[in-house]
Amino acid sequence: MNNIPNRKAICDVLLEKSETDRDITVLCSDSRGSASMAPFFQRFPEQSVEVGIAEQNLVSISAGMAKCGKKPFCFSPASFLSTRSYEQAKVDVAYSNTNVTLVGISGGISYGELGMSHHSAQDIAAMSSIPNMRVYLPSDRFQTAKLIDALLLDEKPSYIRVGRNPVEDIYPENCPFIMDQATVIIDGEAAQALPSSGMDWKTLPPDMITIVACGEMTRPAVLAAQILAREGIHTAVLDMCCVKPLDREAIINCALRSKLILTAEEHSPFGGLGSMVSQVIGQQCPRKVINLALPDAPVITGKSQAVFDHYGLNAEGIAKTAKENY
Amino acid sequence: MTNLKAKSFELRQVVLDMIMKSGGGHIGGDFSVMDILVALYHCQMNISPENMDDPNRDLFVMSKGHSVEAYYAVLADKGFFPTEQVVNEFSSFGSKFIGHPNNKLPGIEMNSGSLGHGLPVCVGMALACRMDGRNNRIYTVMGDGELAEGSVWEGFMAGGHYKLSNLCAVVDRNRLQISGSTEEVMSHESLKNRIESFRWHVIVTDGNDIDLLNHAFDEAKNITDRPTCIIANTVKGFGGGDIMENKASWHHHVPTAEEYETIRAELTRRQSCQA
Repeated sequence: MNNIPNRKAICDVLLEKSETDRDITVLCSDSRGSASMAPFFQRFPEQSVEVGIAEQNLVSISAGMAKCGKKPFCFSPASFLSTRSYEQAKVDVAYSNTNVTLVGISGGISYGELGMSHHSAQDIAAMSSIPNMRVYLPSDRFQTAKLIDALLLDEKPSYIRVGRNPVEDIYPENCPFIMDQATVIIDGEAAQALPSSGMDWKTLPPDMITIVACGEMTRPAVLAAQILAREGIHTAVLDMCCVKPLDREAIINCALRSKLILTAEEHSPFGGLGSMVSQVIGQQCPRKVINLALPDAPVITGKSQAVFDHYGLNAEGIAKTAKENY
Repeated sequence: MTNLKAKSFELRQVVLDMIMKSGGGHIGGDFSVMDILVALYHCQMNISPENMDDPNRDLFVMSKGHSVEAYYAVLADKGFFPTEQVVNEFSSFGSKFIGHPNNKLPGIEMNSGSLGHGLPVCVGMALACRMDGRNNRIYTVMGDGELAEGSVWEGFMAGGHYKLSNLCAVVDRNRLQISGSTEEVMSHESLKNRIESFRWHVIVTDGNDIDLLNHAFDEAKNITDRPTCIIANTVKGFGGGDIMENKASWHHHVPTAEEYETIRAELTRRQSCQA
């Protein structure tokens, strides 16, 4: 039972790297507790900036700091970061090409009970449609840590979304990860997962189901694949941490060997992972695609797992939809 | 200083040519802000084409990005790109001289155009430079209509909170915006007091007088416990004469051929008075 949320994994990496990299800077909008960044503020006060409840300021200040050589990690609840400060993300970060990492915390419906004001079911669509903005939804804490390591190696803008709650581990600690590649898991055997460039696609069985998932939906997708495999249906899961740039090659290679493609995401049915995958499939290798997502409506009130269960966004629900459409 | 006063009218002529050639631009604000930019680029800021990679250079963000023609004219005059090139290519198809500042051009730090971004960005720059122990200064110029953007006040709040004495914001207070008087559109009553209440040092001066502007910028350098805002009282369309000065309709009016000649003659007259 893992009790370390992905946001804490981010803090741990930044704490470690900041011992030698004094340009790493963390900015919060009265959100250091929710972001799990209080230990960073305590350990590196001179590399921490509190801007108060002012998300527009948060992003613009981060961009200005990046212009002066800092490496800002800018934390705020995804619901506010992706919409309240959307224009700052577009103009000051993406358009001005500043080295800012926007970290949307408590993403998706993490705050299930708190209502639509606190849900970010549009952030993938919003951020992905900004030129020069990359979008990442890591699945478990180990992948999250690898992603942060990788982001520290380049100077390009990005938006990351993580959830509030701990996610059960999918991978071993030394998980397979290559930046901007999907991780491929066959028949739910995550211990044998490979980055897409390591795959010999020809060895995949024909007539598979492919499930493309990101963020917190990856683990239920892997469990669904296990259910399907037990029933004799080979299933590939693409853990699409890199929603943008999307790993198109992995999608096409899996789809060519699949009868059915499912997408699963904690997002609106419009403009997210499902839309992007459908575009690729439609253009490159037409197949039946089913998009599993949140409804185009305020979601039902409840803790996030109960809400996922309600909408069939769990292992059983994904497997059931897969079988019905196979 | 006399030469710079003449130069500011000469550069307005460049703006006029840019706008006539392209058939678009924001001439009223260009003319009001010109003296502020000339003072900054010729007297105040340590910035040149040679030192753009120097982390200790002064930093400038043109928050009122629609006055890009004035900005281009001054940058060209400083040698960042040829004046003739920007006059010929401004806003033309495929041009890199876009109708708002773009940092793919030499000399421009940040893209702008959407109002209310420059001050918060400069707060970030000032924080970063202070963290690194640099002695450079950070400048931004905002329009007065721009002050209705809430993000401006988030920037004022953070600048005051963090006592960013390396930061200086200028308000081009020409009292007109596209729809009319700023006081009718959204009033800035007691503007000095408002900004002071955010823990800023505020100087009110004549924003079309380069000597007075330099005094204000020099005073700001000696304020060590808070940022400074210069409310620069300007005339929209300054230098263009009676036909365009203080007229909201000239916010982005493109002169007719006849108006062009009238404005050009007025600019030449004022320039020669300063020579």
